[in-house]
Amino acid sequence: MFGDYSLGDLGSIFVMQGFAGLILFSVYVLMALGLAIIFGQMGVINMAHGEFMILGAYVTWMTSNLFQAYLPGLFSGYFFLAMILAFVASGALGMLVEWALIRHLYKRPLDTLLATWGLSLMLQQAYRSVFGAREVGVELPQWMLGSLHVTDSIEVPINGVFVMCLTVLITISVAYVMYKSRWGRQVRAVVQNRIMAGAVGINTEKVDRYTFGLGCGIAGIAGSAFTMIGSTGPTSGQLYIVDTFLVVVFGGAASLLGTIASAFSISQTQSTLEFFMSGSMAKVLTLLAVVGILMLRPQGLFALKVRK
Amino acid sequence: MINSRFFNRSELMGFIALAAVLFVILPLTLDVFRLNLVAKYLTYAFVALGLVLCWGYGGILSLGQGVFFGLGGYCMAMFLKLEASSVENTKIQSTPGIPDFMDWNQITSLPLFWQPFHSLTFTILAIILVPGLFALIIGTAMFKRRVGGTYFAIITQAVAAILTILIVGQQGYTGGINGMTDLRTLRGWDIRPDHAKIILYFVEVLLLFACIGIAQFIRLTKLGRILVAMREQEDRVRFSGYSVANFKIFAFCMAAVFAAIGGAMFALNVGFMSPSFVGIVPSIEMVIYTAVGGRMSIFGAIWGALLVNFAKTSLSESFPQLWLFGLGALFIAVVLAFPNGLSGLWADYVQPRIDRLFASRKPKPDWNDNSVADGAPAE
Repeated sequence: MFGDYSLGDLGSIFVMQGFAGLILFSVYVLMALGLAIIFGQMGVINMAHGEFMILGAYVTWMTSNLFQAYLPGLFSGYFFLAMILAFVASGALGMLVEWALIRHLYKRPLDTLLATWGLSLMLQQAYRSVFGAREVGVELPQWMLGSLHVTDSIEVPINGVFVMCLTVLITISVAYVMYKSRWGRQVRAVVQNRIMAGAVGINTEKVDRYTFGLGCGIAGIAGSAFTMIGSTGPTSGQLYIVDTFLVVVFGGAASLLGTIASAFSISQTQSTLEFFMSGSMAKVLTLLAVVGILMLRPQGLFALKVRK
Repeated sequence: MINSRFFNRSELMGFIALAAVLFVILPLTLDVFRLNLVAKYLTYAFVALGLVLCWGYGGILSLGQGVFFGLGGYCMAMFLKLEASSVENTKIQSTPGIPDFMDWNQITSLPLFWQPFHSLTFTILAIILVPGLFALIIGTAMFKRRVGGTYFAIITQAVAAILTILIVGQQGYTGGINGMTDLRTLRGWDIRPDHAKIILYFVEVLLLFACIGIAQFIRLTKLGRILVAMREQEDRVRFSGYSVANFKIFAFCMAAVFAAIGGAMFALNVGFMSPSFVGIVPSIEMVIYTAVGGRMSIFGAIWGALLVNFAKTSLSESFPQLWLFGLGALFIAVVLAFPNGLSGLWADYVQPRIDRLFASRKPKPDWNDNSVADGAPAE
C-alpha cells in the first residue's frame, strides 16, 4: 500500500491526515469534556449530550443569520458572540433538565440513560419542528476561509486551526476551573464523598446543578465549533454520542487528562487509517481496538485511584 | 422456599390471557396484513423476554440486543437469500447463482463464510450458536473483570455501532444499508402468500411460549434466585462462594439467544433483514419495550413489546410529528413515575381488586391474611 508514494509524499500525507485528525480531535475533546464532567464527575449517563451540542450549533446558525440581516458590518466577529450565546443557551437548558429530571435519578445511573434518551428524542423532534428536517450550514466570515500553505505539499485550512485554538483555550479554562477555583474544589469534593461534602457545608444540590449546566454549556460551545467544519441537522448529535462515550470511558472517567489523551489517540488512529482504507473500515477498526483495549483494561487509560 | 407449582394464580391468569389473545382472539379478528404486523411485533417480544432475564433479574443492562437480533436475523436471511438466488432465478446476472447484491458489487464467487448457509440444519444451529458464542465472548471478557453497570451498557452500545458500520460498509458481502431483500422460499415452501404468513405466525407464537416456559423455569429454580440476589447485593453473593461472573454470563447468553430467535423469526415473517434493526437506536427501543411492560415481569415485557409497537405504528401513521414526542415522554414517564412498568401498575391497582373479588366469594380464612397473599402454599 505504500508502493506508489515517495518518502516525501508519505510524509506530507501523514502530516495532512494528522491535521485532519487534529480537527476531529478538537470536536471529540470539546464534546468529551462536557461528558467527562457529567459522566465522570456525576455518574450520570447523558444520552442527550449530542442534542445539547446541536442546540449550540443552531444558536450559532441563528446568530449568524441575525448578523447578516441586521449587522453586516460586524459579521466578521459574530462567532465570538455566538459562542457565548451557545454556552448560555445549552447551559440554561442543562440546568433546567437537571432540576426537572436528573436530580430524581442520582441513585439509579442506568435509569438516567433511559430518561435522557427519551429527552434526546423529544429534543430531536423539537429541532425538526422548529428548524426543519434539512441540514443547515453556517456562512463563515471571510477571514476563516482558505488555507495556510506551510510548504509546497502541505496546506492546512484556517477554520481548522481556529477550532483547534478554541479547543486548547477551553480545555485550559476547564482545567483551571476544576482544579484551581474554589468551585472546582467543591465539585471534586462532592464527587469523592457526597455525604462528607454536605457535612462540611457544601450545598451539594447546587453544585450538582451547576456542574450539569457547565457540562451542557461546554457541549453548546462544541456545537458552535462544529458548525465551522460541518452542517447541522436535527439528528447530527446522535452520530457522535457513542464515539464520545467511548472517548470518555477509554480515557478513564473522572480524568480530564485521560479524556484528552484518548480523544487524541482515537482521532489520530481513525484519520490515519482513513487514508489507506474506506472510512467505514477505518472506523470499525478504531472502535474495535478501543473496545478490545477496554476489555483488557476496563478502568481506562488514566484511572483515578479512589477507595470505595 | 421454592414454590413447587410452575405458575402461581396470577401468573396462570397472565398465561391464559396471553395464550387466548395470541392463539384465538388476534387470529380470529385481524386480517392477514394486521396479523403479520403482530408477528413482527412479537419478534421484539423475544428480545424483551431475554431482557427480563438479563436486565430485570440479573441487573445487567445490555444496550446491544440489536446485535443478537441482527445476527439471528442475518443467519436466517442468508439461508433464504441463497435459496432465492438459485441459478435459474439469477440467470440475468453476470455471475448466476450468487445473491443479487454481490453481483452489483462485482463479486464473482460466493464468499467462504456464505457456503455453509446452503444447509438448513447449519443455519438453525448458527442462529442459536453464533449469537450465543458472541455473547459468551463479550460476557466472559467483561464480567470476569468485574465490569458492569454503566460501563457494560456503553460497551455493548459500541458493539452495536461497530456491527452496523461493518454491515453498511461491506455492501458486497452483506447487502449494505438496504439489507437482504426479496426472500422467497424456505426449502421450496413459499413464505410470501397469506396462508404461509398465518402458519409462520402460529409457529412464532409457539416458539414464544416455549421461550416463556424456559424463562419461567429459570426464574423458579435456584438460578433465578441467585440472579435476583446478585442484582441486589453482588458482593454478598460472591462472598457466599458463588461465581457471580458465570451467572451473569449465563443470563446474558440466554438473552442473546432469545433475541436471535426473534431476529430469525423477523426475517421469516417480514421477508427482509437490514442494518436498521441492528444499531443503537433499535437496541435502545428494545430496552424500552421491556421497561414499559415491566422489567420484572415475563408477561409484562411481552405486552410492552406489543403495545409500544402498536402505538408506534398507529401514531406514526396518523401523527408522525407527535410520535417521537410521545415516545420520549413515555421513556421519561416510565423511568420517573412507574419504574416497574405496566405490570407494576397492574400489580398495584388491578390485581388487588381481582383478589378481593375472588376472596369475597370464598369464606375468608380467619387465621392469617398475609399467607394467602404470599401465594398460599397449601391451597
